[in-house]
Amino acid sequence: MKYLDEYRDEYIAHGLAAEIHEQVTHPWVLMEICGGQTHTIMRYGLDELLPKEVELVHGPGCPVCVTPLETIDKAIELSSRPDVTLVSYGDMLRVPGSDSDLFHAKADGSDVRVVYSPLEALKIARSNPNRKIVFLAIGFETTAPANAMAIWQAQREGLENFFMLASHVLVPPAIRLLLRSPDNRVQGFIAPGHVCTVMGYRQYEDLVSEFHVPIVVGGFEPVDLLEAILMLVRQLEQRQAKLENQYVRSVSRPGNVSAQQMVEKVFEICDQKWRGLGMIPLSGLRIRPEFAAHDAERIFGLAEIHVEEPAECISAQVLKGLKKPTDCTAFACRCTPEKPLGAPMVSAEGACAAYYRYRRHKVLA
Amino acid sequence: MCLAIPGRILEISESNGLRAGRVEFGGIVSQVCLDFVPEAQTGDYVIVHVGFAISRVNREEAERTYQALESMGLLEGELPPSTGESSEKTP
Repeated sequence: MKYLDEYRDEYIAHGLAAEIHEQVTHPWVLMEICGGQTHTIMRYGLDELLPKEVELVHGPGCPVCVTPLETIDKAIELSSRPDVTLVSYGDMLRVPGSDSDLFHAKADGSDVRVVYSPLEALKIARSNPNRKIVFLAIGFETTAPANAMAIWQAQREGLENFFMLASHVLVPPAIRLLLRSPDNRVQGFIAPGHVCTVMGYRQYEDLVSEFHVPIVVGGFEPVDLLEAILMLVRQLEQRQAKLENQYVRSVSRPGNVSAQQMVEKVFEICDQKWRGLGMIPLSGLRIRPEFAAHDAERIFGLAEIHVEEPAECISAQVLKGLKKPTDCTAFACRCTPEKPLGAPMVSAEGACAAYYRYRRHKVLA
Repeated sequence: MCLAIPGRILEISESNGLRAGRVEFGGIVSQVCLDFVPEAQTGDYVIVHVGFAISRVNREEAERTYQALESMGLLEGELPPSTGESSEKTP
């Protein structure tokens, strides 16, 4: 496919890896924020092409993984109501709440449906006027405009049976949390290319000046990631800290203003709990009061619940880049993608699941 | 979850009051919301996420980046053997 295959070119990838070997003289710890990037790194074994000095640690950028247990529990509770159809992205069905998941709720008779796009959720609402359609909408800044558009459109069409159980997270506050942590090891970041496609990279320029840390906006293909790593290594070796954009074919400095405006109309910034990381101030988006008629939290009177993460799970350290998935005593035995203990094993894009899937656990055997 | 892929716009239309279009992804054609890319025209490539185009691919930049990378790859390709092997030697 055009604009995809070229960026998987092995020849170019090896050329970039050679250049990284050439440039590096010191050990550096780099973090890719986005789970999609973690997935590419593991899938293509990019970390194995790098010199031993360059260590990649994996960030908290998997929205499925960081959706709070409480949200999943609420979705399961809603799905059990006879007049509710619970709709969500496919990844969400297997995410464990405290006792069960949506997949089991569906097997037990709840009306749970998978959609690829928020527009399909709207379609279900239009053709089922007698049912309450609850869309469990999660995501980072990349997905927020599409989810916002669903509410906007429901309001515009007068779809009174469309509701959203929303859990949105924002990247810059999470990076700030990592950089402020006294045990932070990360010296350079690959910023998430699709988040920046929507948001632009001004917020990341602020992080560069505030923390004097190099940040490169990176794409998702092997060649994109190796080029972003090379750009970071060059900066670090020259003791520079600036914002650079590797993913120029999609990302501009202002970002997608029209998408940002839709998010701004429908959502407002709020404190948000992240699974594995806890509460991060001003790191989420909630539905504005003007759209309360479509806000499942308000309409269905869901009780506030509080659940603890399993004690053995070290996901907080994994999501902060302090530990590798393979450092966990439960990894690949008591915690697997089929029966995950914690956040990063949940979704295919979680760091633990990526390690598991691409057989990085064989060394433990 | 933030997966988004490039596709080519075949046709632009309207759907439920939103700018929409048929977009082709390596042979597969899907209906995509184009409301967030008012500048995108038929024949343009757009990056699509959960059924919404979130950017128009900047062709000049895409080709410039690719050519720069390709020339680097060719240059390094003259050095034997492939770097994959040399990196394996590092512990």
